[in-house]
Amino acid sequence: MWVYAAKRVLYAIPIAIGVSVICFSLVYLAPGDPIQSLIPPDATAEDIETIRRLYGFDKPLVLQYLDWLARALTGDLGISLQSNRPVIDEVTRALGNTLAIAIAAILAAFVLATILGTLAAFNLGRPIDKIATSISTIGVSVPNYWMGIVLVILFAVQWRLLPATGMGGEGSEHFSWLQWDQARYAILPMVTMAMIPLGVVTRSTRSAVADTLSQDYVQLLRAKGLGEMQVVCHALRNALPQMLAVMGLQLGYLIGGSILIETVFNWPGTGLVMSRAILTRDIPLLQGTILVLALSFVAINLIVDLLQTVIDPRIKRA
Amino acid sequence: MSDLATSPDALAGPTPETLPRDGRRSYWAAVRERLSEDRVTLAFMTVILGAVGAALLAPWIAPYDPYATSMLARLKPVGTEGHPLGTDELGRDMLSRLIWGARTSLLMGILPVAIAIVVGGLLGVVAGFMGGAVNMIVMRIMDVFYAFPSVLLAVAISGTLGGGMGSGLLALTLVFIPSLCRIAETAASQIRGHDFVDAARASGAPARSIILTHVVGNVLPPVLIYASSLISVSILLAAGLSFLGLGVSPPTADWGQMLSSLRQGIYVAPLVCALPGIAILIVSLSFNLVSDGLRQAMDIKS
Repeated sequence: MWVYAAKRVLYAIPIAIGVSVICFSLVYLAPGDPIQSLIPPDATAEDIETIRRLYGFDKPLVLQYLDWLARALTGDLGISLQSNRPVIDEVTRALGNTLAIAIAAILAAFVLATILGTLAAFNLGRPIDKIATSISTIGVSVPNYWMGIVLVILFAVQWRLLPATGMGGEGSEHFSWLQWDQARYAILPMVTMAMIPLGVVTRSTRSAVADTLSQDYVQLLRAKGLGEMQVVCHALRNALPQMLAVMGLQLGYLIGGSILIETVFNWPGTGLVMSRAILTRDIPLLQGTILVLALSFVAINLIVDLLQTVIDPRIKRA
Repeated sequence: MSDLATSPDALAGPTPETLPRDGRRSYWAAVRERLSEDRVTLAFMTVILGAVGAALLAPWIAPYDPYATSMLARLKPVGTEGHPLGTDELGRDMLSRLIWGARTSLLMGILPVAIAIVVGGLLGVVAGFMGGAVNMIVMRIMDVFYAFPSVLLAVAISGTLGGGMGSGLLALTLVFIPSLCRIAETAASQIRGHDFVDAARASGAPARSIILTHVVGNVLPPVLIYASSLISVSILLAAGLSFLGLGVSPPTADWGQMLSSLRQGIYVAPLVCALPGIAILIVSLSFNLVSDGLRQAMDIKS
């Protein structure tokens, strides 16, 4: 197991390097001279020269990349053109807000999907199975940004139960689920985010549990006279590694894809930072946010993979 | 879609012993027969055909010019006389705009997947068939693109390029290539070890004709099954990009773009503002269900 873990960690390194190369090249993908995208429009000729030297645009590309990577590794992702603050500060502050709703959404989806998927697997073909399957199909087919607008129309405009957008309170540094005057702002974005993982996890739980139920040892358990609840426990335990893998992947998708939902709800997370960066052509901010999000996705996948080998001894990958 | 991506070998094409014995019925005939018995799939295929038909016939069936604005008839509710689905924030007829919007939305759903099938499929077949260093290089590059969540990659590319339909198309295509390439690679490398490929090679057939006659036919079913499930994803992503202002630019009618510009009207005409999303939902749901039906019909082993 340790050999596999070491291999898996080593394998993540070239991937992370590849990801950084793509992020680095984004500046060159932007239309126009790359330096144009790094300076504010009102910069003087002197400023331009300073930045050109600072970023080393006169050097060969490979050296430029290595310089950029070296700075990125020490946490220096450049300066945001709009706010003039270090990109890393903007990203880390926003990341906390995104994580707050993403983790809550994934937990809610996981609990609900486990119940739905298990019920469906125990009642294959019956009405409850059809309901669970419909929910999971709709969950993956619904445009979640539209779902968010519908929830705003219902809960904020029609019934006036929850605030429509924003975060309320003193702003990003103090967000907490435990305080109602803040948590109520996060409910709608969280529910909207939970839609896709609810669909995907219900589907995979259903098939994993149904798989387990068809195996001989479950028949033995039943023949021994175990109650249905105990059979459920056995089936879930075997389905857990697969469900965990799906959940980890979904958490990564939520964090990386939060831009749509955060735009709908004006939620000050990484997605909103990206949205603002695109709108104002703030390429350093965009590049830095994408790098942090993509690297967290790589890290989440790595952690899930390692966790899976720990909890499932059947996976003997040497 | 993720359960497919993790086990592409489950999708490997028909093996000779599972084909029908009587020899007259081909694989595709069997698929057609299975499909004709699946009512749900057929019903949603009709929905898709209806949407495609509306998109193609837009200039003739749309009751109004989708760009004709009217300051007096802004945000009229659903059921207004002359405007059965109401009007938008500039007084343009919603029904006409939804019909015209089907053009861009369906195009952005299907075209990126189609291009990705060709590019990703070819890369995968070459990598799987050649093996060795070529395989290593191609597949490791794919792994890097795979390391991005799809929304993030699409936004990163089209956002840096500055939006527009072209950059949206490019971004979506790049999002889909890695997974299709992986599936094609798995299928192709399984075929490589079969006796009939060795026989072809021994009888002097060049690599190009072996790939065309033996490999492509066996790689195509799993690639197509997976690709059909991507169309719904592509429609959702494309509309999402437009919603963010990165896809089709106004005033072109596009469902995602309409959803975004109608947001200001949710207090006045909530149902009208929800309509473009309902259109997206119906089409993406239909593609998802048809894809499920196709998978069941094409997967001979089940």
